[in-house]
Amino acid sequence: MSIPELQAHLEESRTGAGSPVLDQPVLTVEGLNVVYEVERPVHAVQDASFTLRRGEILGLAGESGSGKTTLAYGLNQLHRPPARITSGSVTFHDRDGDDVDVLALEGESLRTFRWSKIAMVFQGAMNSLNPVLNIRTQLGDVFTTHRPQSDGPERLRRSQELLELVGVDPSRISAFPHELSGGMRQRVMIAMALALDPQLMIMDEPTTALDVVVQREILQEILRLRQELGFAVVFITHDLPMLLEISDRIAVMREGRIVEMDTAENLYFEPRDPYTRTLLGSFPSLTGEAGDFVRAGFDVEEGR
Amino acid sequence: MTRTPSRRRAALQRILTPSLVIGAGLIIAIVLFGLIAPFFVADPLAVNNAGMHGPSAQNLLGTTQTGQDVLAQLAWATRGSLLVGVIVAFLALFLSAFFGILGGYLGGWLDEVFSLFTNVVLILPGLPLMIVIGSYVQQRGLLLIAFILAITSWAASARVLRSQTLSIRTRDYVQASKIAGEKAHRIIGVEILPNLLPVMSSGFVFALITAILGEAGLSFIGLGVVGTQTWGSMLFYAQNGQALTLGAWWWFVPPGLMIALLGCGLSLVNFSIDGIINPRLRTAPKQLKQAKKARQASPATKRERDDEPEQAEQEEVSA
Amino acid sequence: MSTLAVKDLTKTYLLRDGLRFKRLEAVKGVHFELTPGRTVALVGQSGSGKSTIAKLIAQLERPTSGTITLDGKPVGRRGKALAAYRDQVQMVFQDPFASLNPFHSIGHHLERPLLLHGKATKANVREKCLILLERVNLTPAESFIDRKPHELSGGQRQRVAIARALAPEPTVLVADEPVSMLDVSIRLGVLNLLATLQREENLALLYITHDLATARHFSDEILVMYRGDVVEQGPADDVILTPQAEFTKQLLVAAPEPGTNPRFLAEAKRRGVPMPDHLAALEDRT
Repeated sequence: MSIPELQAHLEESRTGAGSPVLDQPVLTVEGLNVVYEVERPVHAVQDASFTLRRGEILGLAGESGSGKTTLAYGLNQLHRPPARITSGSVTFHDRDGDDVDVLALEGESLRTFRWSKIAMVFQGAMNSLNPVLNIRTQLGDVFTTHRPQSDGPERLRRSQELLELVGVDPSRISAFPHELSGGMRQRVMIAMALALDPQLMIMDEPTTALDVVVQREILQEILRLRQELGFAVVFITHDLPMLLEISDRIAVMREGRIVEMDTAENLYFEPRDPYTRTLLGSFPSLTGEAGDFVRAGFDVEEGR
Repeated sequence: MTRTPSRRRAALQRILTPSLVIGAGLIIAIVLFGLIAPFFVADPLAVNNAGMHGPSAQNLLGTTQTGQDVLAQLAWATRGSLLVGVIVAFLALFLSAFFGILGGYLGGWLDEVFSLFTNVVLILPGLPLMIVIGSYVQQRGLLLIAFILAITSWAASARVLRSQTLSIRTRDYVQASKIAGEKAHRIIGVEILPNLLPVMSSGFVFALITAILGEAGLSFIGLGVVGTQTWGSMLFYAQNGQALTLGAWWWFVPPGLMIALLGCGLSLVNFSIDGIINPRLRTAPKQLKQAKKARQASPATKRERDDEPEQAEQEEVSA
Repeated sequence: MSTLAVKDLTKTYLLRDGLRFKRLEAVKGVHFELTPGRTVALVGQSGSGKSTIAKLIAQLERPTSGTITLDGKPVGRRGKALAAYRDQVQMVFQDPFASLNPFHSIGHHLERPLLLHGKATKANVREKCLILLERVNLTPAESFIDRKPHELSGGQRQRVAIARALAPEPTVLVADEPVSMLDVSIRLGVLNLLATLQREENLALLYITHDLATARHFSDEILVMYRGDVVEQGPADDVILTPQAEFTKQLLVAAPEPGTNPRFLAEAKRRGVPMPDHLAALEDRT
């Protein structure tokens, strides 16, 4: 496949038979503030507000220390002390019409909420599979924990369905993690996240540790799954070109603030914030005519 | 650059944890006692008719069966025990650094031989070996006992140092200094060794504790240093003089307490060193506290938990 | 100025797999030449053997077979000959957080190579360090020289690492993924610095990366590696714009590239504007 063809293919997976984005909110965040209570408190997230629509992919772009991970973890109280949410609200709008105040959840209700409504795929998640248990056991565990009424054969059937869904041959269900490649393991992690049919997936650099070819396959898979299942995605990464290609909207974060949030198109054609422009300019185009750019020898920044 | 002094102060405050302050305080007090007190007390060996009486104005800690002043004995014994401990700790440090770091850095067959030797020494049972060697030698001087204690206590920290060296050896900064053209001895001495200092100081403190306890054990069974008073020898004589059955607590409690206090102090210092090496250990209690503060629960009961290991230590020592 | 030539370079590792040994061919018969003033990019995915080549050239590992020659002469393996080789060939590591010793000051990292290679004496070494720091744009140099690595950001540390590699005044420089661990907004700055220094010193540069875009813009020649083999080798623009090898094509289509994405092309048509050149926009701003 040539480059344009493959990109058409990606775009096909992205919007396929029309955009899956529905005009109803799945998550509303208002004035969220997260502070790291260390000796000199760090305001990691400042006044983050946004509404995520059902089926939408929101890209969260930023560099290290921009607070993008802290923000995403705060969305379902996964932030660890000393991080603390000082103010703001996170409201989850369930499919059956209930509104859940996420920050008020505690204990058991928080635990069930986390996996069944909002699922997470972490950075380097493929290394968090238990090496001594096979995939079948680990996938099955999700159902044992969250769907205790299901029986063995049903669990197996669901597990196989899930693997098929994420593009892993279901016959590999008895494999152990080390028998699978990095990309396969990441697919298994996505399958686990999908197990309880979440309405929102938070993905924290899910492809960073993977090689670019595998990364592309995983992205394709995520886009296709979103088309089929209609979940919304918060996708965290520093790779802005990648976000541009997969996201509906992109929020650019810097030093705890969302400095710009817009559709991918607007962000690409008319970036307003200077930092967004810096980020866009940090990725030389592969095929573009910037061939002598680096040779020009000017410095974008001075010893940051 | 004007920030440096305040930053340094902040760093100092981070390092000066309560456990380090208490531990160092205990150690300094005991060391000062061992250094200074012997100049001010009476002859510890002077025999007196007034034997086996409790603390009085004349004998602050009472007298032994033969009328020797317990305080004077304690002062000299403190000096003796500390001397043994320090000599052993230095010997063990040297041995563990030699076998651990050199083997770990140079690798190859040398490492194989060194780690085989280390492992053999590691599984030698310490106390029985000390007893065997101690009972063979008639003239058991201070240095000989120190040597026996040292050869049985360096192996564990040599293994730790070896594994640390193995990991540091492959770090980029060591590779970079190779590319810069540094010689092996300089890479070990200047690039690797400083990064091992926390581990080495922790090993040193640990060797000190084991040496003092080991010497006390040897002396208690009568195989200790001949001619030098130590806490162990005091306990040995107290045991022989049937201090326990006669209820002469002033004779055996002071040396026992000294051992317990020093062990406690050294352990506290060791915990703090661990905290400096591994920042996660250091911040864990604080994070717990902060988490609890964040939840506005009642103040954390962290102090109690910190105290437990010391109590266990004391019990172990006095047992 | 010297030319470093690599001929039929092969590195096989023996890995212990239980009781048996497994052979891992990390590099299989690679040829290339580094000439003054030119940059060769070595592109590949993780495990393709590109970092092994860096280690072989830096003489941190011995090749299983094949030769490395400097100006036609086989390179020295130990003693004086190795020292002479190190005068000429230096390396910048990937991870600036691991390549500086946390215990030592920035000054120490520069002083040692200067002294070891006779580029400074005890008397003027500090002065030379300051000059080096200024060359990598760490100014004011006085404020950096006594700091410890942990007080510097990733980009600043990588500049120190570059300064260290330049201290012996080498003619060949190996840069193993010099920017992949840095924040994206400072990557081009560090790459530009490398390019500027290369031009000033007429260095022969080996740029190892997994990023095709910077490989293209930054180098004259590209070698694409796949599992120890060089699958494609040629002038940078040719390799990127008219790739021949199947693997190169795969890499190219997988790299995110909004500039050719139909969605953005359509949007450009709808808006009636050309595709934006963000790099150019950035240049205007400076």
